[in-house]
Amino acid sequence: MSATASQGPPPSSAFRASARRFTRDLRHRGLIQKALSGYYTKRDENKSRFQSWQGARDLAAEIKFEAVNHLDRHLEEFASRIESRGAKVHWCPDAEAARSAILAIARENNVRSIIKSKSMTSEEIHLNDALESAGYGVFESDLGEYIVQLRHEAPYHLVFPAMHLTRGEISDLFQKELGSEPTDSPEELTMIARRVMRKKFCEADMGISGANFGVASTGMISITENEGNARLTTALPRIHVAIMGIEKIVPRMSDLALFLPMLATAGAGQALTCYNTLFAGPRQPGETDGPEQFHVILLDNRRTALLADPEQRDALHCIRCGACLNVCPIFKNVGGHSYGTTYQGPIGSVITPHLRGLQSWKHLSGASSLCGACTEACPVKIDLHHHLLQNRRNAAAQKPLWYERLAFAGFQFLMRNPALYALSLKLGRLGQIFHPLVNGSPLDPARAWTSSRSLPKLAPRSFREKWKARAK
Amino acid sequence: MKISLFVPCFVDAIFPDVGMAAAGVLERLGHTVDFPEKQTCCGQPPFNTGMWDPAREVARHQLRAFDGVETLVSLSGSCGAMIKVFYPQLFAGDRDEKSACDLASRTHEFSDFLVNILKVEDVGARFPGRATFHDGCHGLRELGLKTPPRKLLANVRGLELIEMKEAETCCGFGGMFSVKFPMISTAMGEVKCDSLIETGADFLVSNDSSCLMHIGGMLEKQGRPRKCYHLAEILAAT
Repeated sequence: MSATASQGPPPSSAFRASARRFTRDLRHRGLIQKALSGYYTKRDENKSRFQSWQGARDLAAEIKFEAVNHLDRHLEEFASRIESRGAKVHWCPDAEAARSAILAIARENNVRSIIKSKSMTSEEIHLNDALESAGYGVFESDLGEYIVQLRHEAPYHLVFPAMHLTRGEISDLFQKELGSEPTDSPEELTMIARRVMRKKFCEADMGISGANFGVASTGMISITENEGNARLTTALPRIHVAIMGIEKIVPRMSDLALFLPMLATAGAGQALTCYNTLFAGPRQPGETDGPEQFHVILLDNRRTALLADPEQRDALHCIRCGACLNVCPIFKNVGGHSYGTTYQGPIGSVITPHLRGLQSWKHLSGASSLCGACTEACPVKIDLHHHLLQNRRNAAAQKPLWYERLAFAGFQFLMRNPALYALSLKLGRLGQIFHPLVNGSPLDPARAWTSSRSLPKLAPRSFREKWKARAK
Repeated sequence: MKISLFVPCFVDAIFPDVGMAAAGVLERLGHTVDFPEKQTCCGQPPFNTGMWDPAREVARHQLRAFDGVETLVSLSGSCGAMIKVFYPQLFAGDRDEKSACDLASRTHEFSDFLVNILKVEDVGARFPGRATFHDGCHGLRELGLKTPPRKLLANVRGLELIEMKEAETCCGFGGMFSVKFPMISTAMGEVKCDSLIETGADFLVSNDSSCLMHIGGMLEKQGRPRKCYHLAEILAAT
């Protein structure tokens, strides 16, 4: 986990520089294409297990609409039910409040060792940095997260953190960091990590998890995983802290009957993930296991600002499945790290301007061909690519760029005067005669185009001229 | 039927034969075609940049240019979607909202119009060769036009359609995106060009000339040029 945005170049320059590097990297392109081609096959196979995938999407969108539009009620119900079983709910308006609450829990309980299961929300609040600088050792127990932690990197993808690495690279990393023998086998690599992790699980006195869903009607947290590490993280240490964005609420337990298979299918191309666990609070009297303390960190961190925007409120439907990343041609070419923020891909481009500031992060909404593949893939029907357009509009309305204003004032004048427009086509034909003189050179005004594409030629006679001639 | 053509500005300037071909197909089917001469650009460049005020004023000019038009047929899925899908949003609460919605309801993309309005799938065309079809994203997803162009191509004598890998993936044109983020646009285009070449098709067909300008230009620059045709040009050939 590295510090973002606070130092270094502005996010938009960093994005461009990184995008320039990754789009040229054919090895990276091939790696991601290969990783995702298996996902597409499995996803489609499992989508067909639904009676109707489109019907399931409609229903999921309705349920999340209900959850998000009555979030106040559902959150209170969730909190009061889980607290009635002895859990403590911390209402945190921002990242700082969430970090302080977690640090306070650690301090008050003389915690020495902390183990974590996968949580993008913890990435969002830069929790590991805060815990480490307060002197705590933090250990990621999800294999992918562990790998990127060893590399001092942010997760590449919100579901597949180490998607950008080959087995060979992971083996090299383990050799260097853990002193293991080189191997090409995924099973052996897993066993190497597992041996390290087992020890850490036994030592840890605090386990930090995320939450995939918070069930309001029963006051429970649902966690979806494939490795079983989240179960150990939450069951072995004496304290369990779960971090949940407030939008992760679903109204009823029965909603999980839809959302668990949907998350598995959209997220990982699975019918169901290997483990789906519900957590209802700390160890109850008479029970033999479970944590002594159970804390829920409910994180706002500008989600309520998004809630206040009726046009884009549906972005809070997101279940963080990553389906939009997996189909996004931008993501596949620039890679997850280029985004420079916690949430990558289309959903990240939509919500980051809301969570971290429109002017600093509007470039992510600009960096899209608006193809709409994300919207089509989204299981909860977030209108992703249209939200990118709205972010562009809001950014321009808030702080228009002088050169765009000037250019489009000219454009408007031209396009509202058909005679002038027709004349400009003729002048353009004259002008293009000279283009070969500068073609591809630094003087070429069309260089952004001609660096990779030949310049289209204006036809000797435009359609309107041909049409007129034909009518005569 | 009296049909008016919407010939997007770049088709007008760069691909005039696409407009002539479309007019030819519609006339061959017995319809009357006209070209409202005041039309210019639909306003998509400023709209997609987020500059909705100039976009609306350019669009307002189109509303006037197409005033009184019975049926408007667009030769681009993208510019067609601009009118059909985005004009109602752009004019929401504006004095011209009603005419924007009215024009939207009378506007159809070319292949959509043939198959779903005229109910014609065989226009009597003949165009021998192996083709692959590229879906423009706006036509595909904003207008939902996966099948109409394929139905039309299936009835072209001598034409064999070979689908490319990940045919529904964007080619990376994206209007201003292609020059604002040329590195991303180029990478996406390279992926598309590879899929297309892999089919072994003799030529590329699309219902959006803008994508063809990008893909075709890239293939040419890469030294492996392929012929690119708008669907109307294929259907006009007999």
